[in-house]
Amino acid sequence: MAVTVGSRRQPISPRTRRNLRVGLIFAAPAIVGLLLFVAYPLAASLYYSFTSYSVLQPPVWVGLENYNTLLREDPLFYKTMYNTLFIAVFTIPSSVVVAMGLAMLLNLKVRGQAFYRTIFYMPTIVPFVASSVLWLWIFNPQYGILNAGLWQVGISGPGWISDPSWSKPALILMNLWSVGGWMVIYLAGLQDMPKELYEAAELDGANWWNKTVHLTIPFMSPYILFSVILMLIGVFQYFTQVAVMTNGGPADSTRVYALYLYQNAFTYFKMGYASAMAWLLFIFVVGLTVLIFRTSARHVYYGGQ
Amino acid sequence: MANLTEARPAARVREAQSHVSRRKLTQSVLSHVALIALSIVFLTPFLWLLSTSLKPDRQIFAFPPVWIPNPPTLRNYQTGLNFIPFWIYLKNTLIYCGLSIVGTIISSSLVAYSLARIRWPGRNILFGILVATMIVPPQVTFIPLFLVFKNLGWLDSLAPLIVPHWFGVPFFIFLLRQFFMTIPPELGEAATIDGASEWQIFRKVVMPLATPVLATVGLFTFLNTWNDFLGPLIYLNSPENYTLSIGLAQFRGQYSSLWGPLMAVSTVITVPVIVAFFFTQRTFIQGITLTGIKG
Repeated sequence: MAVTVGSRRQPISPRTRRNLRVGLIFAAPAIVGLLLFVAYPLAASLYYSFTSYSVLQPPVWVGLENYNTLLREDPLFYKTMYNTLFIAVFTIPSSVVVAMGLAMLLNLKVRGQAFYRTIFYMPTIVPFVASSVLWLWIFNPQYGILNAGLWQVGISGPGWISDPSWSKPALILMNLWSVGGWMVIYLAGLQDMPKELYEAAELDGANWWNKTVHLTIPFMSPYILFSVILMLIGVFQYFTQVAVMTNGGPADSTRVYALYLYQNAFTYFKMGYASAMAWLLFIFVVGLTVLIFRTSARHVYYGGQ
Repeated sequence: MANLTEARPAARVREAQSHVSRRKLTQSVLSHVALIALSIVFLTPFLWLLSTSLKPDRQIFAFPPVWIPNPPTLRNYQTGLNFIPFWIYLKNTLIYCGLSIVGTIISSSLVAYSLARIRWPGRNILFGILVATMIVPPQVTFIPLFLVFKNLGWLDSLAPLIVPHWFGVPFFIFLLRQFFMTIPPELGEAATIDGASEWQIFRKVVMPLATPVLATVGLFTFLNTWNDFLGPLIYLNSPENYTLSIGLAQFRGQYSSLWGPLMAVSTVITVPVIVAFFFTQRTFIQGITLTGIKG
C-alpha cells in the first residue's frame, strides 16, 4: 500500500502509473463533484459571509460585520439557537431511550420480529411533508386524535402546535414517531453482542437491570455515541417540519436555526448574513464531531481489551 | 400469579421443574404484549391518515372522532388531486427520482470501484475526504450553489436537483466500496489474465454481483428524492415545475382547513414510498446475505 510517488529510490512502476490513470478516471465523477459541489461552495460561502450581498448587487466586503451583528445584536439569532437546543435536549435523549427500548424488545428473539421491525421503521420513510401535514391534523386542538385521546382520560389537551408553550413539545413528540432508523442501527449492534457475556452474567446471578446497565449499555456505547452526534447535527438542520407546519410561529417559538438561515437567504435575500450563519453552523458541527470523538475514547467501549 | 400457585400445590412441583421454560414463556408473552401495544401506537397516525382521507366532511369534523368512515368516500381524493395539478407534479417528481437514481448508481459505483479495487496512490485520501464531506450541512453550500445555478440559467428547472447526483454521492460510495471490497480480488485477476480491461471487469464481473446493493442504493435515492423538500423549495418557482412534496406544502399553505383532501393527497404521496419499501425489503436482505459470497 505504501506507494511513494516521485521517490528517487523507487521509480513509479508502469503498473502503478497505469493504476493511477485508471483509478483517477473511475474516480473522476467524485473528484469533479467534490470541487464543484463541495470545495467551491464552501469557499464561496466563507467569502460571502464577510460581505453584504443581496443577489441584485455584487457582494460588498464588510469584514466581520455579519458575525458581529449575529452574535451581538440579533435577538432572533439567540431565539433560534434556544429553540434548536431546546428541541435537541429533549429529542435526542428520548429518541435514544425509545429506539434502544424498541431494539432491545425486538432483540428478545420474539416471533414476528421482522413484522414488528417493519411497523416501527415505517414512519421514517414517510415523506416529511406528508407526515408534517398529518401531524398538524393529529395536533388539531378541536378535532385532532391526540386531544380526543386525552379527553377520554379526562384531560383537556393544549393547543399543541398553535400554542407557543406547547409547540416545541409537540415537535419533540412528533420526532419520536420516526426513531425507527436508529432502532434498526441499535438492533444490528445488539445482535453483534457476544452471547457468552450474558451467559456468564446469568451464572453470576445478574438480573435484567444489571445486565442492561453493565453489559448492554457499555457494549452499545459506540452506537449511542454515533447516533447522538448525527442526531445533534440533524437537529441543526431541522427544517422541513417547521417550514410546513408553523413557518416558525407561533411567536417565533418554533423558528429554528435552519429555518432562520433559510429565511435570511431566500426570503430576505441577505445572502452574506445567511452565509455567516451557515459558517457558524459548520464550525459548530465540525467542532462537535471532533470534540465528541476525542472525549469518547475515555467512556466508550469499542471492543477488544 | 401468587394466588394461582397457592391454590394448586401440585402445580408447584411442575413449576419448579419447568421454571426456566415458564420464565421464557412469561417473557415471550410480556414482550408480545409490549410489542403489540407499541405497534398500535406507531400505526395510529397511519390509520388516522387513511381514515380521515376516506371520511365525508361531517365525520372529519366530529367530536369525539369517528374512526370508521361511514360511508367511505373517495370524494377527498377527487377534490385533492384536482386542486393541485397532481399529474404534472407526479411527472416532475418521477423525472427527478428516475434521473437521480440512474446518475447515483452509475457515478457512485464507478467511484466506489476505483476506491475499493484499483490500487492507486491517493485513493485513501480521496475516500477520507468523501467521508468527511458527509457532515457538511446543505445549508453551508446551498447559497453558492443557488447562485451558480442561477448564472447557468437553471433555476426553475429540475437540473439543479438532478445534476449533483451524477457526481457520486458519498454515502453510497461508502456503501458500495464496502461491498466491492468483499468480492475476492481473484475474480478480477482471472479476468485480467483473459485480457479483460478494468472497465470490462467492472461491467461484467463486479456490477452483476452488486445488483442487490445497487437496488438498495436505488431505493434510498428514490426515497431521498421523492421526499426532498428543501431542494425543490430553493430551485423551483413556477407551479408547473413543482414536485409532489412542494405541491402538497403549497396546497396546505393555501387551504389549511381542507383536512379531507389534504389527508388524501398525503396518503397518495406516502403509498408509493411504503410500497417501494415493502417491495425491496427482500432485495435488501438478499443484499446482506450476498455479501458473504464465495469466490
